[in-house]
Amino acid sequence: MISIPPELIRIVVGMIAVMAFVALNVLILVYAERKGAGHIQRRPGPYEVGPHGVLQPLADAGKLMGKQLLTPKSADPILYWVAPILAFLPVLLLFVPMPFGPILTVQDVNLGLLLILAFAGLNVLATLLAGWSQNNKFGLLGAARAVSQSVAYEIPLLLSVLCIAFQYGSLNLSTLVEAQGSWPWQWNILCQPLAFLIFLVSAFAETNRAPFDLPEAESELTAGFHTEYSGMGFGLFFMAEYANMVVVSGVCTALFLGGWKGPVFDGVWWFLIKVYALLALIIWVRWTYPRVRFDQLLNINWKWLLPLATANLLATVFLMKVF
Amino acid sequence: MSMIKKIFQPVSDLWSLVVGLQITGKNFTQSQVTVHYPRQVVDKDVNASYRGPIMLVPHPRNAAKPKCTACMICVPACPSSCITVVKAPVPPITPEQEQAFQEAEARGEEVERPSAPREPIIWINDFSLCSLCGVCVEACPTHCIDFSHDLYSVGTSREAFKHDLLNPFPEALRPEPSQTEEK
Repeated sequence: MISIPPELIRIVVGMIAVMAFVALNVLILVYAERKGAGHIQRRPGPYEVGPHGVLQPLADAGKLMGKQLLTPKSADPILYWVAPILAFLPVLLLFVPMPFGPILTVQDVNLGLLLILAFAGLNVLATLLAGWSQNNKFGLLGAARAVSQSVAYEIPLLLSVLCIAFQYGSLNLSTLVEAQGSWPWQWNILCQPLAFLIFLVSAFAETNRAPFDLPEAESELTAGFHTEYSGMGFGLFFMAEYANMVVVSGVCTALFLGGWKGPVFDGVWWFLIKVYALLALIIWVRWTYPRVRFDQLLNINWKWLLPLATANLLATVFLMKVF
Repeated sequence: MSMIKKIFQPVSDLWSLVVGLQITGKNFTQSQVTVHYPRQVVDKDVNASYRGPIMLVPHPRNAAKPKCTACMICVPACPSSCITVVKAPVPPITPEQEQAFQEAEARGEEVERPSAPREPIIWINDFSLCSLCGVCVEACPTHCIDFSHDLYSVGTSREAFKHDLLNPFPEALRPEPSQTEEK
């Protein structure tokens, strides 16, 4: 009899759970986003499908799946369809080292943080492929913007993450959560507030969310890099965007907000509460700020975030060495 | 000094981000202004300022009749040609009446032959063409066209938007069945 390694079972079960989690979260977030947008603009948002419109995301999903998948005549047919898959698949991998709870992690990876940062980079490639392969000026402009934006903002993001990694000498997310205490004043946000802010701003830019949603920029580029995609081609980009938001919030929670640790009872509920609070902030920000101009976007990064992140990292290293 | 100020101006400007979040947050908690149309309708006083599809003003002395004199000025005035008005015809004279008139004329009396009543018998506004420009309202010499306050002009066919403006007037003249058949 061939014995199945328990590690493999754990990963398979974990990946299925992650897929269910991602799908559920996309539905919840789409609903929350539209309801939040509605209430901020003092209108009800989706209201007709189901009580208070709760079934609207399901109806939308059904519509997207039922649509015809069109490939533009001048597009590169292979790259064109590789791009949405490439955008969505790595997202599932990003949840592998995510510390949901003390034992609730798909697989404790020694270099979890590195894994997340490395595979999050694939998203840029997917965006570039999507914009490039469709042979459309809006798509190309969107892709060009996406690449220069993502490449630029990855640096301060990495530098702010490195501060925490240096502080505890680990890249394992579970270890980093363990190192923080249960009470808010024992969380990393207090000793690294600047890193937290830089991480947050860079995270907005990395997930292509407003006010840094230049690759999509509905009002300028129709839809930017996914202009030509119909049906689930667009649906996959859409799911990837929301899943990336969850990943970014999860990493932020683990690094700066104490992960699954919280007052009174530690556990997965604290992790989820913090993640959803961050997601609410992301949605709130989207419906508050106007989109920045492209030169402003790069100025914020190169003139402010990058020097500040570097200075913060150097200060952290210096203080770690001295004390 | 001004150089330092210039460099740190953006830092102090960050406060405006918090102000923005406060504004949207405040709006989030306030009640909605949307009226859920099929289940709710807007208040009457909101309605009163709305310029909907045109209507005919009732006659000041007899509200059951329109004030319109069928002068036909509005018809060419309309830039979209959406108004159709038909004047009331001269009432038909029976042979007996005609004979009585002729006899009276033969006696040298002043005869008042019946003239056409100054009223429309057909008044149709094709709302599918109307752009609510209000030229007809301004052109009407007797001020008998006005904007209605009808917010909910709904229909399922093109025909449903051919508004018969004589409908609200029970005593308005109507074409005889024979006249409509000719058309």
